[in-house]
Amino acid sequence: MALSSSFYRNILDAHTLTENASGDRLVYVDRHYIDETCFTCFDALDARKRKLRRPDLTFAFADHVVPTAGGRNAVTSAEVNFVLDRLTADCTAHGVELFAMGSPGQGIAHVSAPEQGLTLPGLIVVGSDSHMPTHGGLGALGIGIGLSEQTHVLATQTFWHRPLRDLRIDLVGRLHPHVTAKDVVLTIIARLGAAGAIGYAVEFAGDVIATMPVEQRMTLCNMMVEGGARTAIVPPDKLTFDYVASRKRAPIDEGFERLAAVGRRLLPSSDAVYERYEIFDAHGIAPMVTWGISPQDASPIFAEVPDPEDCLDGAERDRQRRALDYMGLSPGMTLLGMPIDTIFIGSCTNGRIEDLRSAAAVLRDRRAVVPGIVVPGSQAVKRQAEAEGLDKIFLDAGLEWRDAGCSMCVSMNGDFVKPGERCASTSNRNFKGRQGPGSRTHLMSPAMAAAAAVAGCIVDVRELD
Amino acid sequence: MAVALEAPNIDTDQIIPARFLLKPRDAGYANLLFHDHRFTAEGIHRLDFPLDCEVGEPVRILVANENFGCGSAREQAVYALSDFGIRAVIAPSFGEIFRLNCIRNGVVPASVTCEIAAQLRALVNHRPVRLNVDLQTRQIVAEAFQTRFTIEESGIERLMSGRDEIDDTMVHEAAIAAYEAKREQILPLS
Repeated sequence: MALSSSFYRNILDAHTLTENASGDRLVYVDRHYIDETCFTCFDALDARKRKLRRPDLTFAFADHVVPTAGGRNAVTSAEVNFVLDRLTADCTAHGVELFAMGSPGQGIAHVSAPEQGLTLPGLIVVGSDSHMPTHGGLGALGIGIGLSEQTHVLATQTFWHRPLRDLRIDLVGRLHPHVTAKDVVLTIIARLGAAGAIGYAVEFAGDVIATMPVEQRMTLCNMMVEGGARTAIVPPDKLTFDYVASRKRAPIDEGFERLAAVGRRLLPSSDAVYERYEIFDAHGIAPMVTWGISPQDASPIFAEVPDPEDCLDGAERDRQRRALDYMGLSPGMTLLGMPIDTIFIGSCTNGRIEDLRSAAAVLRDRRAVVPGIVVPGSQAVKRQAEAEGLDKIFLDAGLEWRDAGCSMCVSMNGDFVKPGERCASTSNRNFKGRQGPGSRTHLMSPAMAAAAAVAGCIVDVRELD
Repeated sequence: MAVALEAPNIDTDQIIPARFLLKPRDAGYANLLFHDHRFTAEGIHRLDFPLDCEVGEPVRILVANENFGCGSAREQAVYALSDFGIRAVIAPSFGEIFRLNCIRNGVVPASVTCEIAAQLRALVNHRPVRLNVDLQTRQIVAEAFQTRFTIEESGIERLMSGRDEIDDTMVHEAAIAAYEAKREQILPLS
């Protein structure tokens, strides 16, 4: 019998051990994904004389600081060497599986874990990266936590969670060709604002979702974080279970049947009630580009840079003024034709095989007129792309073909955008200085970034001849 | 003393740039707070950021706008605030991971309405003002102005208790073990 509440609520209830007087739930964690910053947590664990409770449910990914060219030997920074060595040492000492540089399964946690079948529908997965909600694309409840909470998970395999309110976002109609999940989520954030979904768990529904490929569902859930959501999820369906069935580490046979049964039991019923609803008509969604310093500063490709003087709120007006000043833009400038200096195709948002196929389709038999890098989200994605000849397309176009990692999204690994340069980027944040001090980020889809590479400026990929 | 930060959506990349995240905790994070807003590329201290304006006494309270601490989960953002000496941040809303990180590091995240936050920022911008944030009574007092803030009871307990959260949770160890045993039967996952 289906439960009469949201998918988020059903998963939460199924994982709740107890509740405190404030209503916080003690919640069990099925998967804990750790990265190179976890040495702080292992030190804290040792200081408290605690053991790692479930090494078998803990998985480590070297992604944020890894160079994307030259391998481990390309690391020159003492700090980066330190954290990579610590990750190896801590994982060895505690019996944690590590997807290290040089290992076939290495990649960005939010790309590697789903593709390997570690993330599964109905599970609760946590980690210290704020884009944990990406796993919602596979019907898993992904929640980002801080280092202190991570230490708590290492010791207890649980975390304390204050229940969120439910926001159902329905995507109705059909998307136009070349309009992707990236454009959908930028449209959502542009309307709701970066603070719009604070306090909510987002559940996606509607015709568009029903036919949206799993990888794009991950893009959608990934960036819903930028609208303030603590988590985002797509209840699993046939597409989800077909994806999972082909994954190396996913349960098989009876184990798979049980997983599917548990997942089905947790699905929201058709009469489930959500506290808030938002509806988006897919027909109205165009390729999107950000112009400012928050993901909410996003507009359709045919739009102009807005005028901050139109803002009613003084603080927002000042923020937009400073955004335009930082980005070197003026009100009324068209997004079309805005010069681009460099390209970044990759990240946990758009670094999967379908994203690379989308970019390659635009770059086939064309040349990039500006430099750029294509960074697969995982080494498995890289191998798949090479098997399909996508790497040749990127190289023939004049772009660099790299190894997997977070790379220029967060610029902790030596890949960065130079001060004052404009980057057409498939990542998730256009914050000031995010891609390097003084860098100017324009977020967009892989196809749009590829089109920008060809044109040397922001263009409408649908018009590229 | 309190200072105001006007802009909404101040993200954690601004509070502490990513290139500083690998520093161990005991290195001290005070100088990294809002680093790229306070220091030039050459490392010169600019002194035009609100935190550095002469207020006569150490800055202990920030009054901010909506969605303060949004973006990346980095708990190091709170280390930087704490090491700098900030004891409380008052705002209409916070990035939730940031807000929870504050609670776990002795920084009070005090939620007020947008209107109250705007009034407090205006008050603080007008001239140096000493604010008092009382965790027990959930009150903010500034000269003649007085208001309440919200924070969950468990947050207050965590901020005031000084007990180790893991110790507290392990009171429930039997429940954790029982859940694991049951889950193993229904859906083995390792």
